[in-house]
Amino acid sequence: MFESLSEKFSSAFATLRGKGRISESDIDLVAEEIRSALLDGDVALSVVEKFVARIKERSLQALPEIRKSTNQSQEIYSIVNSELVEILGGPARRIRFAKNPPTVIMLAGLQGSGKTTLAGKLALHLKEQGNTPLLVAADLQRPNAVTQLTLLAQSIGVPVHAPEIGNGVGNPVSVAKSGIELAKTKLFNVVIVDTAGRLGIDEELMKQAREIKGAVSPDEVLFVVDAMIGQDAIRTAKAFEEGVGFDAVVLTKLDGDAKGGAALSIAETTKKPILFASAGEKLTDFDYFYPDRMASRILGLGDIATLAEQAKKAIDGDTAKRLEEKFVAGEEFTLEDFLEQIQAMKKMGSMSKILGMLPGANSAAMRKQLDAIDDDELIRTQAIVQSMTPKERRDPKILNGSRRSRIAKGSGRTVTEVNNLVDRFSAAQKMMKQMRGGKIPGGMGLPPAMASGISGGISGGISGGIPNLGSPANRVPPKKKSRSGNPAKRAIEEGR
Amino acid sequence: MGLFGSFFAKFSRNKATPEDLDEFRRVLIESDIGAEFTDEILKLVEKERSEALAEKVTECILSSLSQEPRTIALVPERVTTILVVGVNGTGKTTSVAKMAKRFKGEGKKVLLAAADTFRAAAVEQLTTWGERIGAPVVVGKTNSDPASVAFDAATKATAEHFEILIIDTAGRLHTKSNLMEELTKVRRVVEKVTPIDEVLFVLDGTTGQNGITQARTFMDAVALTGLIVTKLDGSTKGGIALATERALKIPVKLIGTGEGEGDLEIFDPATYVSNLLTQP
Repeated sequence: MFESLSEKFSSAFATLRGKGRISESDIDLVAEEIRSALLDGDVALSVVEKFVARIKERSLQALPEIRKSTNQSQEIYSIVNSELVEILGGPARRIRFAKNPPTVIMLAGLQGSGKTTLAGKLALHLKEQGNTPLLVAADLQRPNAVTQLTLLAQSIGVPVHAPEIGNGVGNPVSVAKSGIELAKTKLFNVVIVDTAGRLGIDEELMKQAREIKGAVSPDEVLFVVDAMIGQDAIRTAKAFEEGVGFDAVVLTKLDGDAKGGAALSIAETTKKPILFASAGEKLTDFDYFYPDRMASRILGLGDIATLAEQAKKAIDGDTAKRLEEKFVAGEEFTLEDFLEQIQAMKKMGSMSKILGMLPGANSAAMRKQLDAIDDDELIRTQAIVQSMTPKERRDPKILNGSRRSRIAKGSGRTVTEVNNLVDRFSAAQKMMKQMRGGKIPGGMGLPPAMASGISGGISGGISGGIPNLGSPANRVPPKKKSRSGNPAKRAIEEGR
Repeated sequence: MGLFGSFFAKFSRNKATPEDLDEFRRVLIESDIGAEFTDEILKLVEKERSEALAEKVTECILSSLSQEPRTIALVPERVTTILVVGVNGTGKTTSVAKMAKRFKGEGKKVLLAAADTFRAAAVEQLTTWGERIGAPVVVGKTNSDPASVAFDAATKATAEHFEILIIDTAGRLHTKSNLMEELTKVRRVVEKVTPIDEVLFVLDGTTGQNGITQARTFMDAVALTGLIVTKLDGSTKGGIALATERALKIPVKLIGTGEGEGDLEIFDPATYVSNLLTQP
């Protein structure tokens, strides 16, 4: 298993801590660690060399300040992070719409990088923003790529232009052209052209892509890359840039545990922005690409920003406000609130996906815990709570044996499961009381309750943390606690 | 031996410069065999400065690989069952079709099972291949239980005396534990009818170091017996194949070398390593 860069980093610094004063050779040592971590993260060698050289240079320049700092590893860590964000491309860019519709978006990429699925996701995304997209099935190569796109289009309610059945038959250039014509007459404002996957060296298919591009003159050519790609990323990106030419990059399969070093390689080599990040099998698993979040991922810091955003999206403003008021007023947190939260959590996606965004989620130990999470648990928990009467939900103390066995029957679960839930709930309640008193248990690490049974820990975390996200001023100030020895953890604690 | 021939020659005569060494490191790293394996090989190069350096390096790589046979052993008295697994977009369905084509060419009676009931049109993709090759395909409905499709196929294969059954499964990221469990179930259910003889993991040749983690997780779920490495038809070196084989000790059995139906070869490590070392 690969150690995350943050783990390697902290081990490199463990020896330095006792010294008190960092020397130039210590920087070399750390640079070596960064180098091997980036290589393990599939960043292309040439990019790694350049990157490490820059880090060394900046660290040496900043050495006097670093020495003054009380937290030397954190200083170098911030240098690494800011360099990463810079290469990954500053603030996220959006799709450029044409002045005269339709806006034409063409997808190109290697076989199996996820173009067709992405076409569906992008169409849904654009539709949700009030556009009228049209999908064009110009991958006539792969058996049933056309059928796949047609089915995807149906499921999201987006029209598809698929005049040829594909499977090696038909001319993709004329399909693309007639697609644009159709969009013009039927007034679709965006056209997404799915093309056949190709190999970097395949000149014939490359030529075909060039011809499609020439025929439809797209406003955006998106190069679709699998986040798991290795050292080939650069060669492939270059081949596509020379062979077809592209304007921006989309990273797919980010729901795996690959570090996604390819993002760094491609951004550095082609200087093209990365527009979107696709992470998941559902068509809604799609988001803009945020350089700072990707940097955190490469560094193994987790994706707190996305997590917070999804939580905000899932919990509607009123509920959040009401919960927050309750919390501040010192009212008891009830099973009814809990049920509401479960429903909100279900909107955010699977539990393992949510927790996978936490820092350290890709470490071996954490992965094991994540694996142990049963995503159906949420549904079962919900069933149990729904089988309770409103009175029971408000006051779980009245749950005697006969009530519990009725609830078990009603929800189709065992009495033991009902008992467990009630126990976990009271633990969560207790935790909330402590939080109100200013004692926040644990850092950003998983509270034990979260691993053994999601409900207790999460409900505490969500109600205590998320409703406050919009208005940090209202937050009950946590008691100052000791700083974590792990730079990754500390960065989170300090809100960097 | 091409580029590295001259490099090895220099080295054996102690004339290699640090730049030569760097260049060698670059080629190894860029083949995706991983930083650790690269360091190991470089150590050997620094230590071993004899005439036979090239052979020594080749030997070092080969000896770290699996010693298991690389052929797919057919069981004569009953249906030989092959389960094909992997993450999304690595080329599972295409590999299944190529394998079927190969077996058909040997005059075998082949049955295919489309147990990828998740991805839109995956079933149709395999059905189209089946028609082209002339192998019947057992299908289920979209979003039906893949284990039930596999079970039906196993039952049919046994009853109708097929010689080979190849089961195509849905691509799944190894990080999705529920999907990995689904795969374990497919295996369990099929084995109620007939034993599974091969579980082949399809690895995209362009994958980076994550490939090892992928294979390891699949190994835990369904006990892999071999690897199929795909998309080795470009400039792709596919060093991750060696790295994975070395880490998990499961042999690469087949490699996909092109887009044609016949572009599937039995993996020959010696040729592969020699290509790796001779082509820049």
